[in-house]
Amino acid sequence: MFSYTFQWKQALKALPQMLDGALVTLQIALLSMAIGLVIAIILTLFRMSGNRILSGFATAWVEIARNTPALFQIYMAHFGLGSFGIHLSPFTSLLVGIVFNNAGYLAENFRGALKAIPDTQTRAGRSLGMSSLQAFRLIVMPQMLRIAFLPVTNQMVWAILMTSLGVTVGMNTDLTGVTQDLNARSFRTFEFFAIAAVIYYVIAKAVTLAARAFASRMFRY
Amino acid sequence: MIETALTWGDLAFLAKGAGMTLAVTAISVAAGTVLGVICGVIRFQLGPYWSAPLTFVLDVFRSVPLLIQLVLGNAFQSIAKLGWPPFTTSCVVLSLYTAAYCTEIVRGGMSSVPVTTRRAARSLGMTWWQDMRYIVAPLATRVSLPAWIGLALSVMKDSALVLWLGLIELLRASQILVTRLQEPLLILMICGAIYFIISFPIARLGGYLEKRWSPND
Repeated sequence: MFSYTFQWKQALKALPQMLDGALVTLQIALLSMAIGLVIAIILTLFRMSGNRILSGFATAWVEIARNTPALFQIYMAHFGLGSFGIHLSPFTSLLVGIVFNNAGYLAENFRGALKAIPDTQTRAGRSLGMSSLQAFRLIVMPQMLRIAFLPVTNQMVWAILMTSLGVTVGMNTDLTGVTQDLNARSFRTFEFFAIAAVIYYVIAKAVTLAARAFASRMFRY
Repeated sequence: MIETALTWGDLAFLAKGAGMTLAVTAISVAAGTVLGVICGVIRFQLGPYWSAPLTFVLDVFRSVPLLIQLVLGNAFQSIAKLGWPPFTTSCVVLSLYTAAYCTEIVRGGMSSVPVTTRRAARSLGMTWWQDMRYIVAPLATRVSLPAWIGLALSVMKDSALVLWLGLIELLRASQILVTRLQEPLLILMICGAIYFIISFPIARLGGYLEKRWSPND
């Protein structure tokens, strides 16, 4: 059945290259999470604003992000925006796609978290003389981020996994891109991708554990 | 209307792609759910200690990008000389991927059934199997169904990745049309609209069930 000889040595020689790729992967994931969080908070504010146009815009964003594949969103950034004369590099279009996706999912998580915060708190803040933005920033948002911490961590793992899609728009510096390049040169598909899988697993686990340690320190009370 | 070179034949091509997406999704979700229910029950019954190996294996499927899983699955089937066509490989990999998530959902649903209820059932003389069938299954389904619908939808969206193995599903079909007609925006928007039309009503149904069936209301 297995007449194939595995060539792990050759694949392991490329490990430094792949670890460099892993750094790029982590960088994209972190960047997309940071920008995604900011946009998600803005979208949440839009939804709370009561303004029809703003909340409609936010809802449309969230629904499109949640109901189409992430790969489609990246394609849209890469090929679709070309129709407007905007030609993004693979790195940028991958980032734009993931940010769009992250923002949508995070905004939905925040909406769920907001339900757990009683309205009376905002009103108490307002009656103490805070502006509505102050009440949101100082009272609601810290609690919202705390309740949504676990789903946000999950989204971070998702963002790491989503960076692998960059290879479909010609990205060749992230972990999957580097692996695909090496694969194209040597055709040792299984060996290279198995190592990539291990690296992805380690990154995902490290992020989950770090988040758990962070949460147990921050949310002790 | 909009000036376009898109013909009805091209739309039929897209529809065929959508059919492929749905076929891959249906097979994977069905097989993945069966596997997931089995693994979920095993994990719940054995407890965290004895099911640790199973937990680890399923965790790998959730921590490695699906694209890498597909490539590895395809490489494996050619190494093992199984001779599977891309369709089979895609379905197998996606089924395992679905099963990994489904296990968590099943386990969550089962742990929401109060232990006292199950003990009561056993004290009334029900066998383990009867307890599972008449007590746990109905109660756990109520809790798990909304999450399961979410899972089915995310598998539908993730099935776009099978294009990497050369399967012509909805996204690949639209990419082929883009290459031929050079109208990326219009074609991609149609493709996105098709995904949205499939996904949105079902997502809404899931949200409705979640609201309707949540135990605290």
